[in-house]
Amino acid sequence: MTYAPYFTDEHVHLRNMIRKFVEKEIAPFVDEWEEEGEFPRSVFTRMGELGLLGLHYPEEVGGQGGDYFSGMVLAEELNKCGCGGVPMAIAVQTDMATPPIYKFGTKDQHERFLRPAIQGKRIAAIGISEPNNGSDVMGIQTRAKRDGDEWVINGTKTFITNGTRADFVTLVTRTSEDPGPKGISLFIVETDRLGFSVGKKLDKVGMRSSDTAELIFDNVRVPHENLLGKEGHGFYQIMWQLQGERMIGAAGAIGGAEYAYEQALTYAKSREAFNQPIGNFQVIAHLLAEMKTEIEVCRELTYATAYRFSKGEVPSKEISITKLAAAQMGHWVADRALQIFGGNGYMAEYPIERAWRDSRLPRIGGGTDEIMKEIISKQIGL
Amino acid sequence: MSHWIFTEEHEMFRKAVRAFLEKEVTPYIEQWEKEGETPRSLFRRMGELGYLGIKFPEECGGSGLDVIMEAVFTEELSRCGAGGVGAAIGAHTTIAMTNIWRYGTQEQKLKYLVPGIKGEAISALGVTEPSGGSDVSGIKTTAKQDGDFYILNGSKTFITNGVNADYVIVAAKTREAPVHRNISLFIVDTNSEGYSVGKKLKKLGWRSSDTGEIFFDHVKVPKENLIGKENEGFHYIMNNFQYERMTLALGCIGAAEKALQLAIKYSKERIQFNQPLSEYQVLRHKMVDMAVDIEKARNISYRALYLYNKGKDCVTEATMAKVYASEMLNRVTDQALQIHGGNGYMMEYPIQRIWRDARIQTIGGGTTQIMNEILTKQLGIISQPSKLQTQ
Repeated sequence: MTYAPYFTDEHVHLRNMIRKFVEKEIAPFVDEWEEEGEFPRSVFTRMGELGLLGLHYPEEVGGQGGDYFSGMVLAEELNKCGCGGVPMAIAVQTDMATPPIYKFGTKDQHERFLRPAIQGKRIAAIGISEPNNGSDVMGIQTRAKRDGDEWVINGTKTFITNGTRADFVTLVTRTSEDPGPKGISLFIVETDRLGFSVGKKLDKVGMRSSDTAELIFDNVRVPHENLLGKEGHGFYQIMWQLQGERMIGAAGAIGGAEYAYEQALTYAKSREAFNQPIGNFQVIAHLLAEMKTEIEVCRELTYATAYRFSKGEVPSKEISITKLAAAQMGHWVADRALQIFGGNGYMAEYPIERAWRDSRLPRIGGGTDEIMKEIISKQIGL
Repeated sequence: MSHWIFTEEHEMFRKAVRAFLEKEVTPYIEQWEKEGETPRSLFRRMGELGYLGIKFPEECGGSGLDVIMEAVFTEELSRCGAGGVGAAIGAHTTIAMTNIWRYGTQEQKLKYLVPGIKGEAISALGVTEPSGGSDVSGIKTTAKQDGDFYILNGSKTFITNGVNADYVIVAAKTREAPVHRNISLFIVDTNSEGYSVGKKLKKLGWRSSDTGEIFFDHVKVPKENLIGKENEGFHYIMNNFQYERMTLALGCIGAAEKALQLAIKYSKERIQFNQPLSEYQVLRHKMVDMAVDIEKARNISYRALYLYNKGKDCVTEATMAKVYASEMLNRVTDQALQIHGGNGYMMEYPIQRIWRDARIQTIGGGTTQIMNEILTKQLGIISQPSKLQTQ
């Protein structure tokens, strides 16, 4: 079904194609990848071949030339694969680490980094958080110092998705001691450079099929051509990047919640207690209605905001509201779904405990609920 | 930029309505609340300004505009500070007159819509009875044909504008069976013999709107006052429910915006421990939660509105909008009252009224529980048919 004014027939075809891909090439392997703590590199190359890593990038950089909503379709559908880790890693590749390269990068950077990322040949990561700094971007301590035609980078980044095996990192650094936002600059850093190392692979509550690492930069030298955008403009650039990150996070939360709801609905209809399906008990039926209402309410909010974003507006208040609402909804729906599953919901044999663990992250990543509220409070006149 | 559903014309109209309400409605609310009704003069004034016939055709004196324009009016009206005024006007335009517009004859439109749109006649819809509300198929009021007339017997309750109405659209049983094919709608002049108003009901909120109990004791209604086809009333009522729910949802959004606005204003002015309340993080975040809740309700309501305006099925969306927005309004107004502290509990501050007025929204137009029951059917959750005959 088309969905004016957001989705056309083309999006419907794309959705069906992605659904088939997920059913055949992702879902059957999720359990194994969760166990291993990562999914194979071949998923990136396969998705690159299918054109799924560059849906909303123009053809001249190797993308499919689709609109913003084509990326939303991918985020929604991928989040129904049975885990949150794979879609998160892919979203980092398509909507978090690469948009600043597309938007602020040179032609040369597009060729060296963006095109191979879209092809799935190079894995991308985004390096913002540090052991001592998360949302407080201005306070980051990773330092890049100019030395002739090169920059020398020192510091540590943490919670980096795709971190153990990324081929390059879109990195936020401090390039001068000027207080405030002016001293922040972005670099693209290849991970095969001398002095770069992966500190440790981090073990997590959820999102286990996605690798997360601590990255160490010890006198890593990069050429001046690896500076992304203008020196001293990094703060503004990363604030822009975060808008897209939150937007795609919201779309993912909608997909994840739909998955949990569908699982719960199917279970409620098949599980019998006291001689009837538990879904026939009014409290369970109404709970399911409430879950679906929450999903649809957040879906409309997300689409309406994404529509403005797709038209070139950056409605940061609405984006923060959308991210906050969708993330909270996603975890609430997963929690209620687990409740409907009863004791089985607590068992790893059933898919809900993973959905519950995975859905916890969106309330932290991309800015916590509390950070979203701080942002929104300023924008509603408080 | 506002939501894409609204054009420049909608936004200009919004400004005009807002200015009118600030000048000619808000200052008189206290008085109308005390009097227990919205004065006839407001109906007439709104009639003059064309606010009562936004979506009705020009040949009846309406403006022939889309329902999105009327939605703008509904949202704005609900921001005036008293839910009762919106209830009185809404019962007249969206709930009662809509049935004549949709299903009435040309003669009925000229006789009843024209004065209604001018604000010279006030209308009401009479469905609920002492014995039942959402269970429309269970109504007991009867209409028996007798020559060129129908003879109505029975009673209705919780009727908005019930005391002041000049005519009431009444649902009555025209035969015993089959269920859902035995109810008809009639236009009943309130000066008919045998028609009486029981009492003006006292309410927790919505006090600037009169709510009545009405009785029919052998009321003779001419045949030409039957709306649409005999025995099709149940379906007319159900169809108009979608529009009613959507309108109620939009009203909740306007009222919640007003409550949040009052809370923000109060929090910035009220100094405690040497700083405004708005500097306290828990209160700031509370107000953000309220704003988020409003945006959630807004976007599902606009989806329902979009579908309805396109003539598409919107039962699920309108029901979700109604249930979400009404629960949202209760959360938001309660928190707004909390931010006002002791002052919030005093009649001197308007927040108490918005809080009281909010309480009806999870009841009127179908309770939250009825909405969820409908959704369990719409969404295919219940695998056996529900006993509730409503949609």
